[in-house]
Amino acid sequence: MIEWLTEPLQHPFNQRAILAALLIGFTNGYASAFVVLKKSALKVGSLSHALLPGIAVAILVAGLHDWSAFLGSLFAALLIGLGSLAVSRGSRIDQDSALAILYTAAFSGGIILLRRLEVTQEMDEWLFGNIMGLRDGDLWTNFWISFGALGVLTALHRPLLMTLFDAEVAATLGVPVRFLNYLLLAVLIIVLISSLQAVGCMLALGLLVTPAATVYLLTDSTNAMFWGGSLLGGVASAFAVLAGWWLNIEQGPAIVLVLGACFLLAFLFSPKYGLLGPSRARRR
Amino acid sequence: MPHPTHDSCAHCGHHHELRVEDLRVSYRHVDALHDVSFATSCGACVALIGPNGAGKSTLLKAIAGLLPVSGGRIFWRGTKVAKWSREIAYLPQRENVDWQFPITVEGVVRMGRFPQAGWWRPFSKMDENATAKAIELMELRDLATRQISELSGGQQQRVFLARALAQEAHVLLLDEPFTGLDRNSKSALASTLRHLTEEGRLVIASHHDMDTVRDIYDEVLLLRRKTIAFGTVEQVFHPEKLEETFGKEVA
Repeated sequence: MIEWLTEPLQHPFNQRAILAALLIGFTNGYASAFVVLKKSALKVGSLSHALLPGIAVAILVAGLHDWSAFLGSLFAALLIGLGSLAVSRGSRIDQDSALAILYTAAFSGGIILLRRLEVTQEMDEWLFGNIMGLRDGDLWTNFWISFGALGVLTALHRPLLMTLFDAEVAATLGVPVRFLNYLLLAVLIIVLISSLQAVGCMLALGLLVTPAATVYLLTDSTNAMFWGGSLLGGVASAFAVLAGWWLNIEQGPAIVLVLGACFLLAFLFSPKYGLLGPSRARRR
Repeated sequence: MPHPTHDSCAHCGHHHELRVEDLRVSYRHVDALHDVSFATSCGACVALIGPNGAGKSTLLKAIAGLLPVSGGRIFWRGTKVAKWSREIAYLPQRENVDWQFPITVEGVVRMGRFPQAGWWRPFSKMDENATAKAIELMELRDLATRQISELSGGQQQRVFLARALAQEAHVLLLDEPFTGLDRNSKSALASTLRHLTEEGRLVIASHHDMDTVRDIYDEVLLLRRKTIAFGTVEQVFHPEKLEETFGKEVA
């Protein structure tokens, strides 16, 4: 039994996967607090789909390197994000509709293109991740992305929270809200990209929403939401990688499924806000 | 005529003027406001009265520096108001704020110290003192560590006022502060606003309830896309002027 539990820790690719899951889960968990407070999960979800065509074009143009996929997906997400803004400003179509049109079209193009490119990765890896296939270089890329994203988000914590709470009042207090909104979106896109290898572009959104949303049901403290979200994201992701090995299921979906289960538990049993929690029961 | 050291108009012998000249604000080439002119000064409580869509919120936001001005000028203490000013506080309609946001009363009030504390610096002793004093003045001490989701309407309005006080604002721009309050909260808010103007602050609030205008305000600005009339309550708050502002049905 003990041997069965500790076996995954023996293999170097497993160690790497667990380390990556901790790192990616932690960063996504921290950033997820901003997504939940900004109430912009669907927008971020659209952008996560936009990453795929970016990767396809990058591979077509420059081949697959550590940074080509990163830059390609970043560029595609920015292009589609700004494109939707341009469409909504220049026509009577609202931004959400414009975003939906652009990202589904781009996503379709990306799928068609990727199938015709000569790469070793299966389509499933782009869509649902393959954390076991991580190399040392990928781990370093992830490390620097997490380091940069966490650095920016922590440094701008105060003005960002003011912007999310009430952008107009924040502006009258001298917070550059428009700049911060764009910056936050850019950081979120970069965090999405960092999670691609773990959970793929279809599931990236789950990792970037669920952790803080779960903690939000358990606490009223903003700080707890950020650091609790990070902790939950990291620990749940690492646990899911192990569970995936034990039970022989795919790690990407396992990560999002474990987080989803945590959310369900909080939704039902949270002491303060849970459906079946003591304070709700008392009120009834 | 800068007064770099003074904290509130109460400490200053003479009055400071807020002057709006031929203000024009447009959205997508349609004028939301035009030819708005008036001048008032510290120590006054000004009611902004007009029908829905008359541009009351737009005017408040323009003075707060939230909207681009397409014509005319706004002066505060003789200086043109550019983007934002620490001395001008904007208090939005309560329904426009997400009261489920996970933050305490103290946290919201402390936001008023952003101009002083800046992006990164930890809040100083002075910031904490100003926050505590504002909370004390608005009688929120027992609620300081509560979540804002637990507040009543009157308490929510006091949190906004406390943030403006922590900000050390001279001009308070309130959007519909009395809407949705119960009778006790209304009269408490009225006396708070009275107190703030007596301290030398300038309060400008959009207002709906015609019956309470005389009790609360010193001056009235009747607005319908442009200035219909501006002056003291005695000068301006008459049925014929109101009829001009609202059309026949009200008066």
